[in-house]
Amino acid sequence: MKIRGRVWKFGDNVNTDLIIAGKYKLSITDLDELSKHAMEALMPDFALKVKKGDLIVAGRNFGCGSSREQAPLVLKHLGVGAVVAKSFARIFFRNSINLGLPLIELEYVDEIDDGDILEIDSAEGYVNNLSKDKLYTAKVMPPEILKILSEGGLVSYVKKHGKLPWQ
Amino acid sequence: MGKTISEKIFSRASKTDAYAGDIVIAEVDCAMMHDGTALLAIKSFEEMGGSKIQDPSKVSLVIDHVAPSATEAFSKVHDIMRKFAWKFGTHFYEVGSGVCHQLMVESGLVLPGSLAVGADSHTCTYGALGAFATGIGSTEMAALLLSGKLWFKVPETMKVIVEGDLPPMVLPKDVILKIVGLVGADGATYKALEFQGSTIRKMGMDGRLTLTNMTVEMGAKTGIIEPDEETFNFLTSIGNPFTGGFRSDEDSEFSDELRINVSDLEPQIACPDSVDNVKSVTSVEGKDVNQVFLGSCTNGRLSDLRAAAEILRGKTVKKGVRVIVTPASKRIFLQALKEGLIETFLESGCTVCNPGCGPCAGAHQGVLAPGEVCLSTSNRNFKGRMGSQEAEIYLASPATAAATAIEGKITDPRIFLGGLKA
Repeated sequence: MKIRGRVWKFGDNVNTDLIIAGKYKLSITDLDELSKHAMEALMPDFALKVKKGDLIVAGRNFGCGSSREQAPLVLKHLGVGAVVAKSFARIFFRNSINLGLPLIELEYVDEIDDGDILEIDSAEGYVNNLSKDKLYTAKVMPPEILKILSEGGLVSYVKKHGKLPWQ
Repeated sequence: MGKTISEKIFSRASKTDAYAGDIVIAEVDCAMMHDGTALLAIKSFEEMGGSKIQDPSKVSLVIDHVAPSATEAFSKVHDIMRKFAWKFGTHFYEVGSGVCHQLMVESGLVLPGSLAVGADSHTCTYGALGAFATGIGSTEMAALLLSGKLWFKVPETMKVIVEGDLPPMVLPKDVILKIVGLVGADGATYKALEFQGSTIRKMGMDGRLTLTNMTVEMGAKTGIIEPDEETFNFLTSIGNPFTGGFRSDEDSEFSDELRINVSDLEPQIACPDSVDNVKSVTSVEGKDVNQVFLGSCTNGRLSDLRAAAEILRGKTVKKGVRVIVTPASKRIFLQALKEGLIETFLESGCTVCNPGCGPCAGAHQGVLAPGEVCLSTSNRNFKGRMGSQEAEIYLASPATAAATAIEGKITDPRIFLGGLKA
């Protein structure tokens, strides 16, 4: 699952209200409309700027806060190819896997700048900063989890196999 | 090697010899979703071809986030939820029943030793009963409806030992805010936090629920408290007598230990815009507020309402300040009525809303305007959480909320001690 894209860089503790605010989640049920507000408190025109395959790179504890699946969902809907961060909050981590949004934990995100072009592979476990010609090894997820991610999430998995991975 | 409570619960639920770090497939005893998360779960369930829920008696749907509905879009969500619950025979909690987490705790569906999940991050609250309870997403809720099971990584456990007697006007909320400040917003990521110590043993169930509720604000998977007489008495009081559950073995392995003494603890407050930005109330005293919110799954219980009413009795809310009181459940609302607490709130100038989430999630019943300041007893002060991104949210105890309501600015509740300020 090789992905190549432009970096949109954010800081530590990007919480689920910053990714998609509760007031929108609790008033807009249309995904196209909802996605227009993604990351708006941090970057007001993020939804307009982001292109298919682009990458989010952030600091510690990305996705902390609520369990709202709309957080990874709006990012995926806007075409975000993957999120690379120093660490992820656990429910955001689970939701992303279950929706088929690849995540990579990488300690060296401080060396990556906004606008850099990265090539990443969550199954192989690497991040290649093409703009800076620097290759990093990243943690590979356990096989049980990679199996769900590689099928594009739980719904796609069930559609393809007719049952859940643990059934 | 011995096991922690969490390891014992996962061993039982997965029928394996589970230790921290293991990935297990476990059978879930209780599953909850609400009007903020149910729509996506129902959609995923349908996309997966779901025609039957594995065990509907374990599943609850709750309308609490936008209740009663404030928009046509949410009326449609509620309509879909009602029809889903009736079709599949799940438990269903209508508008006005209360906040989902309080309802699960009062329902008898969660017991000491249970494995409970909810499509909401504050599901960790039920750990106060000695259950393992954690938040999940909507799509995995759909997978759970189909199979009755989910994958879990068994967490390491961090021991939090709380000792000492709480000073007057210092409440369990102050204890957990202090802990969040010390541990940090991601200091317990993926861990279970087990609360121990003499303060916890003396604390009532309401206070224990406040502690476990906020463990997710440190990234924790759950908060957990060994069941004891207080737990069993609470279960009897809700008409569901039960004794049992698990305790951590003497030789079980804990990843870290935090020890605090609360004998000299001052009232605490989490300042904008992160829950771990914790200070003593005295250090921010005098900040003008526009709104005070008393309620939520953190602090909408009877002990909380009593603590606030005690300060408000015979006094009036400062002109220009709106005070919104939201009991966490209908059961609590009724008891507060019997005790005259609701009368005290109304007479002092508060607005009392129906049981539910109130303004905590920014959907209704007190959405903030740009530049406004809210002192809230809830659990999150993220930018934009309760409305405008330019509004400020401070988190504190019900006593601090009541004192702040009277003065119209952030106020240390200890000035009302022993009638010091009539």
